[in-house]
Amino acid sequence: MKKSRKSFLKKSRRSFLKAAGISAVAIGAAPAIKAVAVASGGGSASSIPVVSPKAEALTAKRWGMVIDTSKITDEVVEGVTAACRNAHNIPDFTIEPDAEKYPNTRPAKKMQEIKWIWEEHYQYAFPEMEDEFLAEKYKSLPFLVTCNHCKNAPCVQACPTKATFKREDGIVIMDFHRCIGCRFCMAACPYGSRSFNFRDSRPFIEKINPEFPVRSKGVVEKCNLCAERLAKGEQPACVEASEGAIVVGDLENPESEVRVLLNENYAIRRKQELGTEPSVYYIM
Amino acid sequence: MSKNAIIAGLVVFVIAALFPFWFNIGGTNAAPEIELSAKAKAAKKCVLDKYDMRANHMTILDDWRDSVVRDSDRMYKSTNGKEFEMSLSTGENSCLGCHTDKEKFCDRCHNYASVAPYCWECHTDPKEVTQ
Ligand code: SF4
Ligand code: SF4
Ligand code: SF4
Repeated sequence: MKKSRKSFLKKSRRSFLKAAGISAVAIGAAPAIKAVAVASGGGSASSIPVVSPKAEALTAKRWGMVIDTSKITDEVVEGVTAACRNAHNIPDFTIEPDAEKYPNTRPAKKMQEIKWIWEEHYQYAFPEMEDEFLAEKYKSLPFLVTCNHCKNAPCVQACPTKATFKREDGIVIMDFHRCIGCRFCMAACPYGSRSFNFRDSRPFIEKINPEFPVRSKGVVEKCNLCAERLAKGEQPACVEASEGAIVVGDLENPESEVRVLLNENYAIRRKQELGTEPSVYYIM
Repeated sequence: MSKNAIIAGLVVFVIAALFPFWFNIGGTNAAPEIELSAKAKAAKKCVLDKYDMRANHMTILDDWRDSVVRDSDRMYKSTNGKEFEMSLSTGENSCLGCHTDKEKFCDRCHNYASVAPYCWECHTDPKEVTQ
């Protein structure tokens, strides 16, 4: 009995030493083994997932927009706002909700609005430029206003959750998931470019576009410069519908269409004196 | 007397403590049948392996969201070599693009596990909205 136990111990000590020796060698060799594994890891699968933009994505150093005010007619305004509304599931609180699909929907207050791009009069779009004898035509012309994707965006500075932030390419965009609905950004934006969802908007969307999410109650929303379309290599919806009145492009590239337009025409920006550096220009 | 009281108390306690177990005996609480759409079956490979997917799809979606919204990286090449569009519900190459029947795939399991993810407050099931 005693003897066998002793031999067991002996044996176990020997195997322990063996195992320890092998482990030591294995630890020493691990980097080499890994290197071999990486070298032979070519082909289609890699050991870590790879993320990338789509190959066809439109890119810019700093996105900007140029609006030719002489080409804005009432039809263009209608077409542009409808295009943006359809592309982004923006509710229209003047429509009657479908009673079958959304029974017991509380009627909307007619003054309630969600605006991404909308028509504005000159004196409200450019309040600081009210010259005494302004050319008559400006008093009646429709102007289109939207988020200016400001270089020094006050909304970004005000947002406590980083739900609103500035992308490297200059687009001021929101992560709706993070928005807590505090509306600091709305107070900070001097252009009224942001709207708050006071209620579930689904009943007031005429036809939901499956290409874009809807928003839940309690988040803020605004123009995203059609980031989801630029990513697919498409022009923004408003540009396509504008019959040439709206152009987007790279403000930092002197050869881009927007820069050529700005070079050849006199253009102004909204409330420049505030120092927000808007990226939307209006050709007068 | 006091011994009996203790035993009676213990019996009551054990019965009460095991309430969730005996209450559910004989109930229809079998794990739900998840039905893969024909397209998902044909694709064979998902973003991760089946069990990894089951346990970690929410983390993946969270990572994807940051990648898409913050970095505008929208394509994901998995370690199994397949490429996906990092989107829950838009396009053929998104989650619902392949798992075309949300009710039989997502909802069945979520309902069984009693989780109500609020993804669907904003993200739409293409099948439902194009009806
Ligand atoms: S226009 Fe308003 S919402 Fe848009 S970037 Fe400037 S401050 Fe922000
Ligand atoms: S409402 Fe949302 S986006 Fe605006 S400041 Fe608050 S968290 Fe940021
Ligand atoms: S750029 Fe896109 S989101 Fe912005 S106003 Fe135009 S259509 Fe709407």
